[in-house]
Amino acid sequence: MAGDHDERIPSQDKIQTVTMPKWGLSMTTGKIVEWFVAEGDILGKGDDVVDIDTDKIAGTLESPVAGPVRRLVAEVGDQLPIGAVLVVVAPEEVPDSEIDAVVAEAKEAAASGALDVPEEPQPQFVEIGGRTISYLTLAAEEPSGDPVVLVHGFGGDKNSWLFVQQPLAEEHAVHALDLPGHGASDKEVGDGSLADLAGIVVGFLDALGIERAHLVGHSLGGAVVAAAARSAGGKVASLTLLAPAGYTAEADADYLRGFAAASTRRELKPLVGRLFADSSLVTRQLVDDLLRYKRLDGVDKALSALLGTLLDGDRQAIDTAALLEGVDVPVTVVWGSADRILPPPEGTGERVDAGHMLHMEAANDVVRVLKAHL
Amino acid sequence: MARSITYREAINEAIAQEMARDERVIVMGEDNAGGAGSPGEDDAWGGVLGVTKGLYGRFPGRVLDTPISESAFIGAAVGAATGGLRPVVELMFIDFMGVCFDQIFNQAAKFRYMFGGKAVTPVTIRTMWGAGLRAAAQHSQSLLPVFTHVPGLKVAAPSNPYDAKGLLIQAIRDDDPVIFAEHKMLYDLAGEVPEESYAIPFGEANIVREGGDVTIVAIGRMVNTALEAADELASSGTEVEIIDPRTTSPLDTDTILESVENTGRLVVVDESNPRCSLASDIAGLVAQEAFGALRAPIQQVTGPHTPVPFADSLEDLFIPDATRIAAAVKTVADYGR
Repeated sequence: MAGDHDERIPSQDKIQTVTMPKWGLSMTTGKIVEWFVAEGDILGKGDDVVDIDTDKIAGTLESPVAGPVRRLVAEVGDQLPIGAVLVVVAPEEVPDSEIDAVVAEAKEAAASGALDVPEEPQPQFVEIGGRTISYLTLAAEEPSGDPVVLVHGFGGDKNSWLFVQQPLAEEHAVHALDLPGHGASDKEVGDGSLADLAGIVVGFLDALGIERAHLVGHSLGGAVVAAAARSAGGKVASLTLLAPAGYTAEADADYLRGFAAASTRRELKPLVGRLFADSSLVTRQLVDDLLRYKRLDGVDKALSALLGTLLDGDRQAIDTAALLEGVDVPVTVVWGSADRILPPPEGTGERVDAGHMLHMEAANDVVRVLKAHL
Repeated sequence: MARSITYREAINEAIAQEMARDERVIVMGEDNAGGAGSPGEDDAWGGVLGVTKGLYGRFPGRVLDTPISESAFIGAAVGAATGGLRPVVELMFIDFMGVCFDQIFNQAAKFRYMFGGKAVTPVTIRTMWGAGLRAAAQHSQSLLPVFTHVPGLKVAAPSNPYDAKGLLIQAIRDDDPVIFAEHKMLYDLAGEVPEESYAIPFGEANIVREGGDVTIVAIGRMVNTALEAADELASSGTEVEIIDPRTTSPLDTDTILESVENTGRLVVVDESNPRCSLASDIAGLVAQEAFGALRAPIQQVTGPHTPVPFADSLEDLFIPDATRIAAAVKTVADYGR
């Protein structure tokens, strides 16, 4: 029966492609770094296909399709636009001539500029308690369940979710915001307290008319969403805490103080390397973007105020476990097993193979954890 | 995404934001007010190329129109700076600095030192430099080496709109006299620039492109020309690292030396005349401090030791282009092979 079914499908409909993804707002092209598949391999959904460099950081593309790999359309070192065909997947009975035609068309499309990205969602601004907050919304056409709100860590911004927001937005409405003092938001952090930051997150839900949301926070953002759940539990569907602050007293205090103080590339680059298990992921562009952020008026003051919230001497000042007492929502905690900034406590939470920036370094695993409970 | 504006707009925005932030900031220069009150569009010209356009009406009494007597108004700006203001003064072409060297070299640059740190001179002298505008020998020079030579002066030469805004804000906030050199061929260059204010620290080079084969240090407009050459070279397998010092005084020697220690090969690109130049200065620095790392003689790509010619064809030959830069890179990359 299956054979009969196959024969009714014209062979061009059996041809599937894997294309260049769009990871993050500024990505327009990607560079092929390393292939994990070869022609003739049988590809499964979710298999690692290729490492792609976005200019900021490299990520691994997982296959959205399954079947035999008939052709790799790009070579290592090629710089290709978003949407460019990278792999042609088709059953063996599809003749080579048809595969050749797809490859020729794909190459022409990539070279002609026809793939130039159409209108993309742009960051928006909302006023919360007199402060301007920047956020980016990506949403499925018919989002399912409660929306998801992503909250970055100390010195980060909404773009740190570049590998996570898009895949989650295939099913949900996903908002990534810039906390005060960060990204394109107001640089005024008030007293820099956790309560103030949590108030911004709750205010954000109110401002967007969101009755209930899944909150996802990284590092400082993890403690912020925990505090938000404590103050407004009814608005929170679940908490996902990625390498959250405040789980143990230990922290790389030198990193935190050094990051706040660094004003040059030479000071900043080695520090940023500590965020990743593999420091070679830190590109010139990643450091340059951080420096551009750190040079903005008011960031200096904001980071040093937040440092007071994070640290008490060389120890963490936040106690997230205490915040979560009596909070009646599902909580998932995920750690990068090689986190050098906030060492993961023994025996708690899930582990992925990454450093502190697990949502960048092991993005696909983090997306899987998130998708499993959203 | 961050919005894109031109180099000219970035400079205008830097001055406007600093004037709004700090009432001690004033603007002085020729043709700042010209055109205001006249028939047609009632606005001041904002200097000869319209860089300060819009400020005259927006900041009444703080944008001063000066006569064509540079020695007088540069002297006045230096005096105003010692008296507590933070003047941003425009000296149209860097070529005209000669008439006010005493005010700059012997007064502004010396006050902090000679008064034992009790006097500061927070003056920013904005000026146009470089060849390419078909403006002949008296309006096309680079002359940055002359100012870089004098202790007590800081010299910034932005190569793109982002740096133009951040370096100018730093210049205005700086307590020392700053020569802010705007390349006249870059005014219409557009790029992403944050709307918020930000300052780029002086003496912090920008690594514009990373590469392991050859280091290129380029100044001002030449950074963009070096980038053109880099694309060409990459397609033939040579990866260049491009360093834009952003300020020639102070100079970020560490970044240059670190890069050369990695690549072992250096090309310095500057459109100034070659003798006693930035190119020879940086080449000398590297020869002395990183001799052991060098695997090829240093190449300097500069203008020739002549005035900038008026004939279009000759002026084009005067200015280093991507082909000359690529040839110099190939010379050092192939040396000894």
